[in-house]
Amino acid sequence: MRLSKLTAIGISALALAIAACSAEQAPGTLTLIAHDSFADGVTEDTFAAFTEETGIRVEVLAAGDAGSMVNQAVLSKGNPLADVLFGVDDTYLSRALDEEIFRVYRSTEVDKVHPELVDTQYRVTPIDYGDVCINYDTAWFESTSIAVPERLESLRAELYASHLSVEHPATSSPGLAFMFATIAEFGEEGWLDFWADLRDGGVRVASDWTTAYYTDFLTHGGPSSMVVSYASSPPAEVVFSEEPIDSPPTGVIEAGCYRQVEYAGILAGTQYPAAAGKLIDFMLSLEFQEQIPLSWFVFPANQDAQLPSVFAEHVVIPDDPARLSPAYIAENRDRWIDEWIQVMEG
Amino acid sequence: MDTGDGRLRRSIRWGWVGVATVPALFVGYFFAYPVVRILDVGLSELSIGASGLQARLLRVGWFTLWQASLSTVLTLLAATPLTWAVSSYEFKGRRLATALVAVPFVLPTVVVGTAFLSLGFVQSIGSILAAHVFFNVAVVVRTVSSVWSRIDPRLIEAGRVLGAGPWQTFRLVTLPLLRPAIAAASSIVFLFTFTSFGVVLILGGFRFATLEVEIYRQAVNLFDLPLAASLAIVQLIGVTTALYVYSRYQESRSASWEVAGARLLPRPRGAMRWLVGSVVIASLTVLMAPLISLFSDSLGRGFYTGLFGSDAVVGSPIASVGNSLRFAAIATLISTIVGLMAAAAISARRGTLSKWFDMLLMLPLGTSAVTIGFGFIVALDWPVDLRASFWLIPIAHALVAVPFVVRTTLPTLRSIRQEMRDAAAVLGASPWRVWRQIDLPIVSRAAMVGSGFAFVVSLGEFGATSFVARPNIHTVPTMIFRLLGRPGEVSFGMAMALSVLLAAITAGVVMWLDRARVGELGRF
Repeated sequence: MRLSKLTAIGISALALAIAACSAEQAPGTLTLIAHDSFADGVTEDTFAAFTEETGIRVEVLAAGDAGSMVNQAVLSKGNPLADVLFGVDDTYLSRALDEEIFRVYRSTEVDKVHPELVDTQYRVTPIDYGDVCINYDTAWFESTSIAVPERLESLRAELYASHLSVEHPATSSPGLAFMFATIAEFGEEGWLDFWADLRDGGVRVASDWTTAYYTDFLTHGGPSSMVVSYASSPPAEVVFSEEPIDSPPTGVIEAGCYRQVEYAGILAGTQYPAAAGKLIDFMLSLEFQEQIPLSWFVFPANQDAQLPSVFAEHVVIPDDPARLSPAYIAENRDRWIDEWIQVMEG
Repeated sequence: MDTGDGRLRRSIRWGWVGVATVPALFVGYFFAYPVVRILDVGLSELSIGASGLQARLLRVGWFTLWQASLSTVLTLLAATPLTWAVSSYEFKGRRLATALVAVPFVLPTVVVGTAFLSLGFVQSIGSILAAHVFFNVAVVVRTVSSVWSRIDPRLIEAGRVLGAGPWQTFRLVTLPLLRPAIAAASSIVFLFTFTSFGVVLILGGFRFATLEVEIYRQAVNLFDLPLAASLAIVQLIGVTTALYVYSRYQESRSASWEVAGARLLPRPRGAMRWLVGSVVIASLTVLMAPLISLFSDSLGRGFYTGLFGSDAVVGSPIASVGNSLRFAAIATLISTIVGLMAAAAISARRGTLSKWFDMLLMLPLGTSAVTIGFGFIVALDWPVDLRASFWLIPIAHALVAVPFVVRTTLPTLRSIRQEMRDAAAVLGASPWRVWRQIDLPIVSRAAMVGSGFAFVVSLGEFGATSFVARPNIHTVPTMIFRLLGRPGEVSFGMAMALSVLLAAITAGVVMWLDRARVGELGRF
């Protein structure tokens, strides 16, 4: 009798312990580690709907650029600084996957994403994508009657090269993306010749996007009528214009665009995998996805999401943007940058 | 048969082993073991000969070498007039001038970088060189003038009597006597500029990357640890060479001191007064300009109150001050305990073992801070993964600071006469009691100064911290760097305000140390 009572207590205690382990308690706060540009666009409203629905607050931990963020996640693997990571793109994805920092999670919303963007093993979930494209000053091309180039190949001509501003691939992420676009276009054999022609034609190289866009670009008072920027830059011109304008002063050249996809993932070792999964679902929901264009000027991954009118009107989504596989990038990126520097500065 | 004497000697020997073990383990696990791991990773990368590796090593290594050489030459040239003035003449404000010239040298590198940005310098090679000169003039002025001012004037007079002109006497008499001091100062400046990190990162960015900055970029931004490790090996070779050259010259420098005695310097007369006056005023004005500009620019538009606010990306800047003070306190405690144990162990025995032990402890100071931080993230996942722990921050600081504690306390410990300890032992005191009642009271003053140095080192440390600090914990230097990377005038203003705070705290501690007057700044 006594023994069985003790046994019963023991079993129920054991059951309780098991239950405590398997059914996680809902956390008061989830931490989302992200790159600075994401953190910059976060407002009180960004995750308000999520908090209302689940009672969980979302704290954003900014960790520098995408590379540093992945690095921080790898270094704290198993004892993560956050529950969810957002903002790893193709450039750093293979390193993150090789280090197995993510927990596999298949979001309930992932079927609404274009299958080409989806990781087949569901280690990461695509949240948004953006295209790095050459922008041009429409007024300049109209007034000079020079044709807007339709292929990257055309830029070899001095007429165009001397009017182009690019960013340094070692210091700027759109600069790196544009370098990838030229590798995708001309291949390993030809891409450096293309850059040699740009160099001889007098292309301008800025260290970062802000300098290229706001100092070198003709629309903002600089000398270059073309600049490497984003497909979403023209609607941004309209949104941020000091005086209301109907149409942007800039256009997008659809050739030579490079697509960057940004993913989120649950960090392995989180105490709250179930809640973290809910946060990923939320980031793919229309509620969040429809905030993406005007907050970060990239495109929602969820195909059902409605674009705001300023985007719908002025944005160009290129038909066939270049992409390189994450593994191919990881293996060659440094060599490419070195070769690029040798051609452009050596 | 066991005699009491033998037992005593054995227990002292075991006591020595016990005392030496703690610092040996500390430096062994946190420094030697990571370096071995770096060598392992880096050498295998070098032997594979990864594509483009050679070109990168050559480019970065070459840039590091020539900017360090050029910085050294420019520093020597810039320091010459002031060195001449303070070495040849006694004048009002001479002490003040030699004290002021040391100010840039004790400032944290991020503060110097921010000060140059506030003066309107942009990211360029010129800015890097200018900041390096600013930073290191003190080394040359202090090291060279301490010899120059002691040269026996009769040697010069003898030259003049024999018919040599002023220039010829300088070239044939003074310069040869100064050569060891100049060489020692040059190798120190070379070492500092070769391993310069904060200044190059802030004033050069990744486009003017030195080995240090490239190791950081590869390891922290791109996470290519093998490539970073192979760069670190090149760095270690460069640093070791510079240290070797320095130690060679330091021996000959102490020899030259013996020859020369202290003397009274003449006061400048006639036209010389004007020359000396203008040299001193011009040199000090150039040296103070960045700091004055930093201070006055930081006063604009509520930058200080902004520190108490919260930035969307970097969080609350003022919180970093609390973190830094906490880390500095922990680092000071660790380095004082470890450093005192090491000094006790070294002073207790003379012999090669003790000498090697001393060398091992000095190594972290000579190695670059970046290599220390990088070593942590390469190696400290074994036996337990410490890499996400905030403890690595004060430990890294302590590692750099231990040699300071050893240097300041060792001479005092060595000066204690062994007879006193023996007498106490004969009277029945245990070794611990002997140490507590004889050594400790004598060494405590020197230990205070060593701790003060450790505190200053920790406050300003940037290279190693930038590897081991996680985005949720900032020290003042990493917060300044984060703010500098943010767009907008307000972020820059807050970076300046925080730099002024850091400079003020540092200066306060250094002034307190100078009053204690045990250690001498500017001697290494």
